[in-house]
Order: sequence, then structure tokens, then C-alpha cells
Amino acid sequence: MLSNILIYFVIVPILMLGGLALSRNVKQIRAVAVAGSLVLIAMSVYLLVEYLALRAANIDDPMLFCGSWTWFEALNIHLAVGVDGVSIAMIILTSIIVFAGSFASWKIDNPKAFFLWLILLSTGVFGFFISVDLFTMFMFYEVALIPMYLLIGVWGSGNKNYSAMKLTLMLMGGSAFLMLGLIGIYYNGPVVDGHHTWNILEIVDNGGVDKGWQYFLFPMTFVGFGVLGAMFPFHTWSPDGHASAPTAVSMLHAGVLMKLGGYGCFRVAMYLMPEAAQELSWIFLILTGISVVYGAFSACVQTDLKYINAYSSVSHCGLVLFAILMLNQTAMTGAVMQMLSHGLMTALFFALIGMIYGRTHTRDIREMGGMMKIMPYLAVCYVIAGFASLGLPGLSGFVAEMTIFVGSFQQGMSEFLAGAGSLKLVFTIVACCSIVITAVYILRVVGKLLLGPVQDKHHLQLTDATWWERLSTVTLIISVAAIGCCPNFFADLIRDTFNGDIFHAVLPLN
Amino acid sequence: MEATLPLLILVLPLLMFLFLGLFGKFLSHKWAGIIGTVGMGVTMIIAYYTAYTYFFSGQFVGADGERLQYIVFDQDWLSLWGNLTIKLGFLIDPISALMLVVVTTISFMVHLYSNGYMRDHHGVYETGFQRFYAFLSLFSFSMLGLVVATNIFQMYIFWELVGASSYLLIGFYYTKPSAVSASKKAFIVTRFADLGFLIGILILSFTTETFDFMSLTSSPLPGVENTYYVDAATATTALESAGGQMFLGGSLMTWALVLIFMGGMGKSAMMPLHIWLPDAMEGPTPVSALIHAATMVVAGVYLVARLFPLFMINNAMGGAALDIVTVVGALTAAYAAIVACTQIDIKRVLAFSTISQIAFMMVSLGVSREGMHDNLGYMASMFHLFTHAMFKALLFLGAGALIHAVGSNDYTAMHGLRKHMPITHITFLVGCLAIAGIIPFSGFFSKDEILTACFGNSAVAYVWMSLVAGLTAFYMFRLYYLIFWWKEHNVPQGHHAPKDQPWTMTLPLILLGIVAIFCGFVPFADMVSWNGHAPHHSGINWTVASISLAVAIIAIAIATAMYRKENAMPAKMRSFFPRLWTAAHKRFYFDELYMFITHKIIFDRVCKPIAWFDRHIIDGTMDAFAAITNKASYAIRGLQSGSAQSYVWVYLIGALLLGGGTVAIIFLFF
Repeated sequence: MLSNILIYFVIVPILMLGGLALSRNVKQIRAVAVAGSLVLIAMSVYLLVEYLALRAANIDDPMLFCGSWTWFEALNIHLAVGVDGVSIAMIILTSIIVFAGSFASWKIDNPKAFFLWLILLSTGVFGFFISVDLFTMFMFYEVALIPMYLLIGVWGSGNKNYSAMKLTLMLMGGSAFLMLGLIGIYYNGPVVDGHHTWNILEIVDNGGVDKGWQYFLFPMTFVGFGVLGAMFPFHTWSPDGHASAPTAVSMLHAGVLMKLGGYGCFRVAMYLMPEAAQELSWIFLILTGISVVYGAFSACVQTDLKYINAYSSVSHCGLVLFAILMLNQTAMTGAVMQMLSHGLMTALFFALIGMIYGRTHTRDIREMGGMMKIMPYLAVCYVIAGFASLGLPGLSGFVAEMTIFVGSFQQGMSEFLAGAGSLKLVFTIVACCSIVITAVYILRVVGKLLLGPVQDKHHLQLTDATWWERLSTVTLIISVAAIGCCPNFFADLIRDTFNGDIFHAVLPLN
Repeated sequence: MEATLPLLILVLPLLMFLFLGLFGKFLSHKWAGIIGTVGMGVTMIIAYYTAYTYFFSGQFVGADGERLQYIVFDQDWLSLWGNLTIKLGFLIDPISALMLVVVTTISFMVHLYSNGYMRDHHGVYETGFQRFYAFLSLFSFSMLGLVVATNIFQMYIFWELVGASSYLLIGFYYTKPSAVSASKKAFIVTRFADLGFLIGILILSFTTETFDFMSLTSSPLPGVENTYYVDAATATTALESAGGQMFLGGSLMTWALVLIFMGGMGKSAMMPLHIWLPDAMEGPTPVSALIHAATMVVAGVYLVARLFPLFMINNAMGGAALDIVTVVGALTAAYAAIVACTQIDIKRVLAFSTISQIAFMMVSLGVSREGMHDNLGYMASMFHLFTHAMFKALLFLGAGALIHAVGSNDYTAMHGLRKHMPITHITFLVGCLAIAGIIPFSGFFSKDEILTACFGNSAVAYVWMSLVAGLTAFYMFRLYYLIFWWKEHNVPQGHHAPKDQPWTMTLPLILLGIVAIFCGFVPFADMVSWNGHAPHHSGINWTVASISLAVAIIAIAIATAMYRKENAMPAKMRSFFPRLWTAAHKRFYFDELYMFITHKIIFDRVCKPIAWFDRHIIDGTMDAFAAITNKASYAIRGLQSGSAQSYVWVYLIGALLLGGGTVAIIFLFF
């Protein structure tokens, strides 16, 4: 068991939890958090290198580094792990954001408890991304969600009790659908060695889920994960939740947790039930297509910085689910790149908003102005994040969006020309319109918040970023630029996943 | 050709941007300026060398004496599907070599000029001087990447980057609200146009399965000759079938080209997407000269020229794309020329004049047909692009010198400056003569070619464009007289009289003035043509030339009569057409229309209701669920009272009901 590298992605955070529990002062807590997240980054880079080496040696299993250890014999539950390009991309994303998040919460109150919950949350996230057993996957999913309640309820701001409760209840509601779906998949999946199985790979290899049941289970799982992916109309936890959450929690939540939704939609709903996905995708395409423009339009009139970015997340995450539903290799690759890109840039946004809020004690853009003059470093970072968000080439948003648009258009147009309806084509063009609306709300914020004359004389005494804030933002900016400048590296890593035989049956163009 | 030197053309400005952007604040202002200027100078020399090698070394000439397209390098950047891959590369052909020269020349002049301009009268540098040079370098990098693009997606990438650098530079004085809103407007209007561009690219790449210009513009149809070599059997068949595919009344190909042209309309400020350009004059004047007069705004023309073979095919197959280009160009040219006659701010006059002149280039492309002297219009358009870049940059830099000396943008604050600023005066006059098309200044030659091309196409186009050319001469000389003639203002006590600016500012004026005089003699017809072959026609069509010369001289004469000295004629003219004058002064209410659409309709009627719907309906439903659950639990809470008596009471009733019910059922049914 311990010879499998993947398992350490859970062990290291657990060791960090132990270290945090034992540390006596804030310095030790920070040391544990920083050292642990550095180890995680190093491990994910090592994993990436190893993975690429194996792929270069022409090993074409769908998942690598697989391992499976019995956990609960009677129900055939295993701790089963395995990764492909998509999971590795998500693991790298998580480790970067945990690292940046640790620095962003350098001066938090009651650091010990805060970091304990934060690391517990990331344990859940890492566990989720490495799992291929539906049951353990679900367990890790819940481990990642529950700490959110406390993190917002205790360290939050504003109407925090309401927000924490709302977020938790809505996500738990989604989990209820999800649990039902997963149990359904278990009982309607194939029988291997006399048992039903929770293992995704085994389900796929042995004939998949019963076709008739798919039409019931696909919507269950898709909605279950879709709630976390902020799918319209189940997105309203996101603005309130983000607005009340402390900085690092917003970062992790928008940066990583919302990706659990997209990842789950693909890995469970689409991967296990491709036939139903093909048949029923139109319902969700309409919903996610609406999400994309709806979120963007809503963001145009908000005045609270966090609300703006929460609605922008609704729009961007809507694009992720939209692209996944296209059932097109290029679009799906784009969806994962969008997850990476959105994770990094939203984390950057929330980090910056937290830093600005920590200084001005307001998030209302009407009460601020001319920040470029007062805190140039943070303002420049905000402009970079804004450019990434509105899709400037050279930063991550552009490559992700373009991959999605090209893939979706390919799918939509070929279906249209083949006489299979114009839904995908029409919604692709609708989604393309978001590039204009995004520019509107991003530049509105940049213009009001950063440029123009200074609104409040008291703001003139504020200081620019400290070293830990700089470290946190620089890490994220470098990552955003890396994806934007060398997209082919990431696209190649991700693309193989959507090349598998499973999708062959339903993907007309591969 | 070795890839090293061309690569440096792109890499040097990028490195300068990163260096000045990251470490600029550790440099003194002076050194930032020197580094920026020298770096751009080196880039310019390399670009000249590259263009020289391309045109004159003889390596890039095919068997029939035609000029070849040559890809220096092409690096895969992002693979999409099938053979569809976004590449970043360096394509050299007549028009990209031409643009390399234009962009680096103007950019270098502006870099040099800004050393003087971005200081006040006491020589104190403006804050953000390093940032200014960093952004200028970013712009140069993006623009150069745009012109050497090997494929349409690379063009789109750099297209967005020039948009962003334009945003940054227009908003350079970021504490000024008007500059902030102008930069925002410029970005959003062009972004809207880019949406069309993007969808056009999607359609085109879907049907042809390629982004590469060389594959796209190869000879896809018999009867349309194009010698550019490519192996594009797939593109050929795909385009043929796509050409026949109808969609909403136009062929797919017409749709693709019109949507791509929409992108060009945004960047090149064609009506009705022109509204950002006059506002963009909020940026520092050197920026206006570089981006909003000479280089970025002609990107739309360049785009159409790049895809010109596709437009030709479309035209041959009965598509309307080229006609749309012509009509949009002709309307814009007339509109902008009329508005330019009524503006007070000298930069706005120049901005509208830029719009009008770019529209000339568009019309020229639009009327270009194979029957007409082998697509003379294409060559004329590129020729005018070249000469216009030179004399318009000259005019803008001259205007910058005036503004710097006077401290205001209005001609009302200038008047009679010819004695105080002789160098600026002479060079500005050269620019005016060039744009008016007076022989032998450069504008004469290029405008003559355009009018000849129009003449060959249709009488309407010719007459229309000749009249606009006359208007051009009129408003430019109106501007000239209002600035340099009339009665001088009295200089208030304690102020210096306006005077010529330092050498960093006058040297570019003199150099560009020389270029503006002589660049009409460049044998353009031998160097640029749409398919690499030198056209059979060359030289001046003297009929057209003498008519246009006569029109220009009459227009200048009218301007002289009206504006050389302060007199009552302008006011009289104004009262003659009061409505027209007011409408033109208000730019025909385009800005008001846009404000109405964006604020009253999109913001108030779309965004706000959506936000309200989200908070009150969607979220309200969620809250209602929670409230109902809450209410229900309160309602049944009374049952768990904790009092033993009530439990016993409920237990007894329950037992009786159950027992009685069972007994009753047994008796009733069995």
C-alpha cells in the first residue's frame, strides 16, 4: 500500500493535521502549513513527471498508478486509487492553491483551528481526485464539504451564519441526490467475481451501467455534482457563501471545490453513463448555457467585489459543464483547461479581494477608487487577474475558452449539418457572447476600483502588499501565465483521457 | 532565411516589455527611455534588413517572377482537433514585409518622440514614464506578431493583445475619469467586433479544417488565379462545398467572411463600430500617432488584404462580402469626413480624418477586381496604408508638439503659431499637403491609385470617393489655418510663448516629413500585388489624377477663403445648414445611441432584471424551501413536549384508534 505514490496525497495532509495539532505557536503552525504544501507541490510535480514518463513508454491503460485495498468487505468497498491526466491536472491545481491559500491566511485569527479545518478540507479534495472507488470518492467528497460550514461560520464575515447554513444545506441536498445515484450505479452495474463493484474502472470494463437505469441515474449524479459546479438554478449558495467566507476559504472553494463538481460530472456521470449522457445532455446543455450568460449578466450590476466574482464563477463554471456536455474531445479538453484556469484565476481574485478588504474594510466598489495609486502592486495583480478572466491571450483563460469554443462549434456545426438539430450550435454562439459580457464587468470593476481618482481620503494611508501576500499572488500569476503560454503541454496531458474507447461509442467525430 | 533575425523582431520588444515592466521602477526615467528607444531602433534595423532581404535578395521570387510567401518558422502552440492546430509563426510576404517596415518605423519615431513629450516644460518626467515605455513595447510586440501571423488564429491572438495594449495606453492617465471610460469603451467596442471575428474564424476553420493563411488562400477555384503555392487539396474541396452550403440566406463562406470583416470593422473603426476611436484620443498623443493612426487601426484593412483571395473567390461565386466591404467603407469615409469639418479638438479632427482615410483603404480593397488592371485596388490600398501611416503619424506628432507647447487640445487656444513653431509648422503643412493629395507629396500617388481603382469599378464609387477626397483637403486645411494662421493670442504675463520642442520631438517630425514627401515615389506596383505577380498596369492615370488634383486645389482654395483670416464666412456657412452642422458636430448622435443601448437597454432592461430574478425568484425559492422546512418542524415540535401525561394521552388515543380500526376492518371485510 505504501509503495503507491498516490496514497501519500492523503497521508501528507493527515500528517500535517497531526503537526498542526501538536504545534504550540503561530510560527510552528505556519511552518507546518508551508512545509506541508511545499511537499505536496513537489509530490504533484513528481507525479506529473512519472506519469509523463510512463505515457511516453506507451502504456495506454486508462488510469495509471492504480491500487486497491479492501476497506469494507461486505459491501465490496475499497480504497481504490488511480490517476489519469485530468486527475493529475486537478492535483497540481489543488497543491498550488493550498500553498497560495496558506500564505493568504498568514494573519488569520485562531490559526491552529483554522489551518486544521483547511487542511482537513484539502485532504478531502486530494482524496477525491485520486479515488476511483465511488464509495470512497463520495466519502472524501463529504470530508471536503463539511469543514466549509465551520470555516465560514467561525472565520467568515457579514451574514456568515446564514451563508454557512445555506451553502452547507444546498450542497448536502446535492449530496443526497448523489448518494442515491451512486448506490443506484452500484446495484445496476456489472457483477464482478460474484459482487457488485464500486470501482469505476471495473464498471466500465465489465459492461457499464444498465441502460434503462442510466436515464434515472445520470440526472441524479449530474445534478448532485452540478450543484457544487454552480449549475443554474442551483448556484445561489455561491454568491452568499463566497461573500461571507474568509480569503483562503474562498480561494479553496472557488479554486478547487467547485472543480470537484465538474470533475465528478465527467468522471462519474458522463464516464459511467455515456448513453444517457448522449440522450439527456440537451437538458443540461440548456441549463449550463444559460448559466454562462446569466452569471455574466448578473455580475455586471453587482457592487460587492465578492459577489461579482461569485457570479463570474457561475459563468465560468457553467462553461466547464457546458463543454463537458458537448461530448466532444476538444471541448472536453477545454473544459478541464477551463477548470485549471478558473481555479487559478479565481483563487487569485479572491486572494486579492481579501487583501484589499483587509485594508479598506469594504468590498463595495462604489466606496473605493484609485487603488492603483495607493497599492500599485495589488492593483496590477488585479488587472492581470482581470485580463486572465476576460480571456487575454498569454494568460490561461484564453486558451481554455478557445479550446472550448472550437470544440463546441465543431460538434454543434457537424450536428447541424447532419440534420441533428441546432441546439449545440446555437448555445455555442450564446456561450461565445460571454467574452463580451465578461469584458464589460471586469473592466467596470477595474475602472471603478483601481483607476480614477481616490474616493476615500482615508485610503491614502493604506500600505501595499506584504511579502507573504506577494508570494501568494506571484505563485498564482506564474501558474496562470504558464498555462496561457504553453497550453499544448497541458492540453496533451488532458486530451488522452477523452480518447478512450468508452467514449468511442457515443462520440461521432473521434 | 535564417529564423534568428526574424525571431528577434518579435522577441526584442517582448523582452523590453518584461524588463521595463518588472524592473522599470529600479531604473531612472532617462535610462528607461533610452533603453526603450534603442531597443526599438535595433528592432527597426532588423526589420528593415528582413524586408530588404525579402524584396531585393532575389531568393523569394518564383519561376515566373512572382513574389513568394515564405514561412520562416511555425511553432505548434495548441492542438485542437484533427489537423487543426494553432501555430505561432512568422510569415513573410509582400504585405507583411511592408507592415514590418511601417510598424517599426512609426514605433521607433514614437519611442524617440516620447522622450521629449512625456515631460513637462521644465524637463521633469511624467510619473509612470517607465510604464509608458513598457506598454509601448508590449504594443510593438503585439502588432508585429499580428502582421507576421502565419494563420488566422495567431492573428486573432495578437489582435486581442493589441486591443489590450491599446486599452492600457489609452488609459495611461488613469486618474482621469474620461481616460478611464475611453479606454473601457475602446476595449468593449472592439471586443464586441471580435466576437464576430471569432465566430467567423470558427466557421472558416470548421469548413476548411485549417487556420493557415497559405492553405486558405490557395487557388481553390478554377478561373480564379492565385499562384501562392500550398498543398491544400482539403481546403479546396471543403471551401467548394462550404461555398454552396446556404445558411440564413448567405453561403457559409459569405457569413464567415462578413463576420471576420466585422472584427476588422471594430479595429479599423468603420461605422457603426467607430465610436471608440475619437474617444481614444484621451491617450497620450504619441500613442494616438502610433496606435490610433498608423498601425493598429489599419489592422482591419490588413486582415481583409490577408484574406483577399477568399474574398475574390466569394465574389466570383456571387457572394456579397466584397460589396459589403465597399459599402461600409464608402459610407464611413463620407461620414467621418463630414464630421471632421466640425470638430474643435484638433486630435478629434485627426481621428475622424484617420477613420475616413482607413475607409479609403477599405473601399479600395472592396472595388478591387481582377478585370481592373489586375486588382489595382489591392495594391492601392496597401500603398495608401503605407503613405497614410507616414503622413498621419507626422500630423499626430505635430499635433502633439502643438498640444505640448500650448497645453490644450482646442484650436481656439492655438491660432497664429506659424512664427513661434516654424519646424512644427512646415512639417504639419507637409502632412496636410500629403493627405490632401497634392503632387508630388506621397498622398497624391496613393490616393490617385485608389481613385483609379474606383473609376474602373463604377462611376458612383469614383464620384463619391472623389468628393470625399475633396472634403479631406478642405477639413485638413481648415485645421491648418485655424492652428497656424489667424491672429495670435496674447501671451499672458509670466508665460513663455509657445516654441518648438526639444530635438527628440522635432527630429521625428523632420524625418517623417521627408518620408511623407518622398515615399510616393517608391515603386509600389512592382512590390505588392494580391497574388505575387507584378500587375501589368503601373504608373499614373493622368485623367483621374488631374481631376482629383483639381478637386483638391478647389477644396484648399475654399478653405483658404474661409479660414485664412478670421471672417464671417464660416458662421454664415454654419447658419446655412444649421441642422447638418449641429448633427455633424455631435457626430450624428452615434454616442448617444450607444449610450442608450448599453445603459438604458442592456444595463437597465437586461442585467438588472436578471440580478433581481436571481436574488428574488431563484434564491427566494431556495429560501422558501428552508422556511417551509423550518415552519413544519416548528409545527410538529409541540408533539415532543416532554410531559409524560400528554405522551400517555397520545399513546392511548393511538392505541384505541389502531385497535378499533383493526377490529372494524376485520368485522367489515371478513
